[in-house]
Amino acid sequence: MNLFEVSQVQHHFGTNPVLENIEFQVKVGETFGIIGPNGSGKSTLIRTMSGLLKPSRGEILLFGKPIGSYRKRDLAKLIAVLEQESIPPLSFSIEEVVAMGRYPWLKPLADLSHLDEQIIHDVLTNLGLWELRSKAVNTLSGGQRQMVSLARAMVQQPKVLILDEPTTFLDIGHQMLVMEHVREWHKSQDITVIMVLHDLNLASQYCDRLLLLDKGYVQSYGKIHEVLKPETISTVYKAEIIMIDHPVQHVPQFLLT
Amino acid sequence: MEQKLKTKRMLWIGVLSALLFLSLVLSVMTGSVHVPFTLSLKILLSHLPLVHLTPTWSMAQAAIVWDLRLPRVFLALVIGAMLSSTGVAFQGMLRNPLADPYILGVSVGAAFGAATAMLFFRNLTLLGYFTTPFFAFIGALLSLWFVMALASHQGQRDRETLILAGVVVQSLIGAAISFLIAISGQQMQQIVFWMMGSLANRTWLDVGMLTPYMLVGFVYLSLQQRDLNLISLGESAATHLGMDVEKKKIGVLIAGSLLTAAAVSVVGIIGFVGLIVPHLMRLIVGPDHRILMPLSTMAGAIFLLWADTVARSIIPSREIPIGVITAFIGAPFFAYLLKKGLRRGQA
Repeated sequence: MNLFEVSQVQHHFGTNPVLENIEFQVKVGETFGIIGPNGSGKSTLIRTMSGLLKPSRGEILLFGKPIGSYRKRDLAKLIAVLEQESIPPLSFSIEEVVAMGRYPWLKPLADLSHLDEQIIHDVLTNLGLWELRSKAVNTLSGGQRQMVSLARAMVQQPKVLILDEPTTFLDIGHQMLVMEHVREWHKSQDITVIMVLHDLNLASQYCDRLLLLDKGYVQSYGKIHEVLKPETISTVYKAEIIMIDHPVQHVPQFLLT
Repeated sequence: MEQKLKTKRMLWIGVLSALLFLSLVLSVMTGSVHVPFTLSLKILLSHLPLVHLTPTWSMAQAAIVWDLRLPRVFLALVIGAMLSSTGVAFQGMLRNPLADPYILGVSVGAAFGAATAMLFFRNLTLLGYFTTPFFAFIGALLSLWFVMALASHQGQRDRETLILAGVVVQSLIGAAISFLIAISGQQMQQIVFWMMGSLANRTWLDVGMLTPYMLVGFVYLSLQQRDLNLISLGESAATHLGMDVEKKKIGVLIAGSLLTAAAVSVVGIIGFVGLIVPHLMRLIVGPDHRILMPLSTMAGAIFLLWADTVARSIIPSREIPIGVITAFIGAPFFAYLLKKGLRRGQA
């Protein structure tokens, strides 16, 4: 069953074409990666899929219904988004920021129910944030802040998690931490994960299928081994690379020459 | 978590209520004729239902406290609350700690609207007593819309640009107001005095006229507290959590303009209240609008009451425009915030 069906999507900023004739599907339950060089239209595409941006032309169906036909609140019950830098330096506590993830589920003016508090407690405990919950988010490191964002996305209890270059500003320790928690969540709750990544090695380790964008067009689309071919990658990224096999996971990995 | 918030909010509301009541009594006893504290208190209490006190005061003292000073005190409280809650709402929604109805040019727009009404539409029977506030509201909305459009660049707005746009619009509309005043002839002095911001010679009628605006504005804004918290995460994050950001933003800006316009049409331009009070309250109680909004509203009331008390009593038998007092406190405060913001790379 298809979760997203993207057909004939075009987008222009002014007269500048950013996306041209984009067509692909995301299946329920898979981990789908969107890759491509800077300026290839990855972020624009993900913004149209999260409902933030209406494409100039074309159609995006979510569970068979046009994404524009969902009410904002209903959309937020289905999709959670983790951005590059998701939390500004606020003096709200971790717990308060994470609790904001319950917003789409709350009736207007209603307080958090006992169930809401339980969900928040469980997520904070699971991510190892419970002890830190009263700390203000502006005192946290970038890595910790991204964990708080992940916690907020988790309490949102979506069917789909969209990640927009989630590990850009993180050291490798926190990259692993975030990605492993996403993978664990994906497995235990059966959510669909769609991520924009600029790190090809992470993409090949964590995704089932990939979409490679180049200058606003779909360059290739399919399983890891079909998309990550050394000649394609070096043409699209204009870089000399060597492709090797990951000694443990047996997926393609890239080294710079 | 919610319970903790409620306890904290009740506690602070209690503290500020006590402070407000104390300020009220202190203010009505202050002035060219001094009425002792206990006497003032008794005069006030004697007007409450079910309270019967044998008068130990003269008719004159009762008239000074109840008829002369109390309406003015109430007006100060109402105006302070209106300006301060508008400040909180603007700062929250625009995610800009320098956003204040005065700095964004909303007050001056409202003043232009009100001055137009006073000069040319004095006898408009259709709206009667609501003519001036109505024109002020239109003026406020137009100037705010202009500032927002001027400061926006491809949907992005940075903090300092918004302030600069406010300055531009303020000088433009300020010139237009000066022009109106210059051609106004005999009403000139009256308008100049009103513009400077003063609460002198106001009655219960003015307080009554403000009440509907105040209620509409306060009720609307108090329903937006959770959204104001959410928007602090950023506009896209708030959208992803299901908030209709554009709709809410327009709603809050309109409600704030309504409150500002009503305030300006009665007391003229009083600046910086919406900047100082929310900032101080944020330092004390934190960023959560569910507590920040009600407390800033109360603190704004208390602040303006004291500003007015100083304005009418610091120089015997002379009155200083209250706008002068708030600017003396507010402008250096604004400078401090600006400097602090520049140093940190953000305001």
